[in-house]
Amino acid sequence: MYQYFYNLLGNEIAATLITAAVPLVNVLLVALIGVYLERKVSAHMQDRLGPMRTGWHGVFQTVADFIKMLQKEDAVSTEIDKKLYNIAPVLVFTGTFAAYAAIPFSSQLIGSEAEVGIFYVVAISSLVVAGILMAGWSSNNKYSLLGAMRSAAQIVSYEIPTAIVILSMVMLTGTLSLDKFSQMQTAYFWNWNIFGGAELGLVKFLLIPFMVVGFIIVFISTLAEVNRTPFDIPEAESELVAGYFTEYCGMKWAMFMLSEYGNMFAVSAIVTILFFGGYQSPVGYVGDLVGADWMIPLEQGFWFLAKGWFFIFVQMWLRWTLPRLRVDQLMSLCWKYLIPYAFVNLIIIGFISLI
Amino acid sequence: MKQYFKDTWDGIWTVLIGMKITFKHLFTPAVTIQYPDVKVKLPDRVRNRLYVNIDDCIGCDQCSRACPVSCIEIETVKGVPGEDLGTTSNGKKKALWVTKFNIDFAKCCYCQLCVFPCPTECIYMTDIYEFSEYDRNNFVYNFSALTKEEINQKKTNFEKFQAEKEAQKAAAAAKPKTDTPPAAPN
Repeated sequence: MYQYFYNLLGNEIAATLITAAVPLVNVLLVALIGVYLERKVSAHMQDRLGPMRTGWHGVFQTVADFIKMLQKEDAVSTEIDKKLYNIAPVLVFTGTFAAYAAIPFSSQLIGSEAEVGIFYVVAISSLVVAGILMAGWSSNNKYSLLGAMRSAAQIVSYEIPTAIVILSMVMLTGTLSLDKFSQMQTAYFWNWNIFGGAELGLVKFLLIPFMVVGFIIVFISTLAEVNRTPFDIPEAESELVAGYFTEYCGMKWAMFMLSEYGNMFAVSAIVTILFFGGYQSPVGYVGDLVGADWMIPLEQGFWFLAKGWFFIFVQMWLRWTLPRLRVDQLMSLCWKYLIPYAFVNLIIIGFISLI
Repeated sequence: MKQYFKDTWDGIWTVLIGMKITFKHLFTPAVTIQYPDVKVKLPDRVRNRLYVNIDDCIGCDQCSRACPVSCIEIETVKGVPGEDLGTTSNGKKKALWVTKFNIDFAKCCYCQLCVFPCPTECIYMTDIYEFSEYDRNNFVYNFSALTKEEINQKKTNFEKFQAEKEAQKAAAAAKPKTDTPPAAPN
């Protein structure tokens, strides 16, 4: 992608900016559509209608909200740590957005082809914790501080099972690059990692149950990492007003929202790449059938977005199904259940891949 | 150990059951009634804004006295003899001009107690419930059909009549004294 634009324009800065614009547009669209979808999904799951009056079935509701947010006064309380307070939303969004650099949207559309892709994503998304802690601490508000502390504890704990499952996948495939992950799970869904990978044989069938376990673990723990219900104790409305971003308003608040939805898509993308073939089509490509090679990357982009949105939908679905976990339940789920399972899973996958 | 695996299984299984239920609800039709566009059918005996059919009102003041929050204000002027005030729809002869019939709906508690005592059934509940206002004074509804000039006219008429009557009375009281000749001294 970058190379293509670099050859086209002959200018490093322009090429970088164009390459960076693609995931940015994606994040903005995810936030715009995601908020609308969240409202609609939650409404219909509760037998309501949701927004109905702004445009057809309320499709412009988020646009209207965004315009409202732009007009808002930037109210800042006097007793805050101003520097940290202003940096925090930027840092949180940076952490989210930086993860997109290594995510392949299709075989041609990838920001950085770095070999350490998944490692980079796991590392850079930890920046979010720092941002959240900053936001909570600098707000000088007890709810913000409580939310930030809970968030830090939660994200740090849940990174362990995520990392262990990712480690087992890395062990199996022998690469850290997200692009290679996707390439190895070639088109057709039975080649996906959740069905044991592309290589046919005994190993493939032995792997399936452990892949399912790994998928469940990584899905639960990434859900917790992006602070979604049932793991939304950092921003538990009924206890902490809005958690770590209680004191924010207007565009700064919007950046937290943007990063929440951006994170949702990012973790969906990671789950997709690890277990569901990344940008690979489940049923083969139309481009292959009609012999048009240029269609394949577009189709890959479509499948990638479709899978990402499906997992976003599942996250919303879970949100409106499950009640919020208590702090001790949250910790016991992580340390007593997810980590032991992930660890045993790692060992078993290691043995199987030796066969 | 067995319990541990059972707990894990229960955790996953119950989440799946919950997801199945919410997924079903995703496709059940919403129960929302989109209010300003679609309105709920009201029950027959619903109590909302009052209406006074002033043509039937005889100005008996019974509704005002029944009102627990005193939101009905009635003032009347007696009609002068010979003046035709008309009859109500159930044949009662009117004797009073209703010069003022104000109901303050900001005070009204919609108890319907004013409706029952009315002898001509001219005050009753309608099904109108959308009458919000920006100014509280707009909640005072004036039901009297008479204009200001008419009211003044009726008042002066009555006062004239009263004065005439007084004068007549005074005259009547004075006459026998003047009429009866003083007893002639014998």
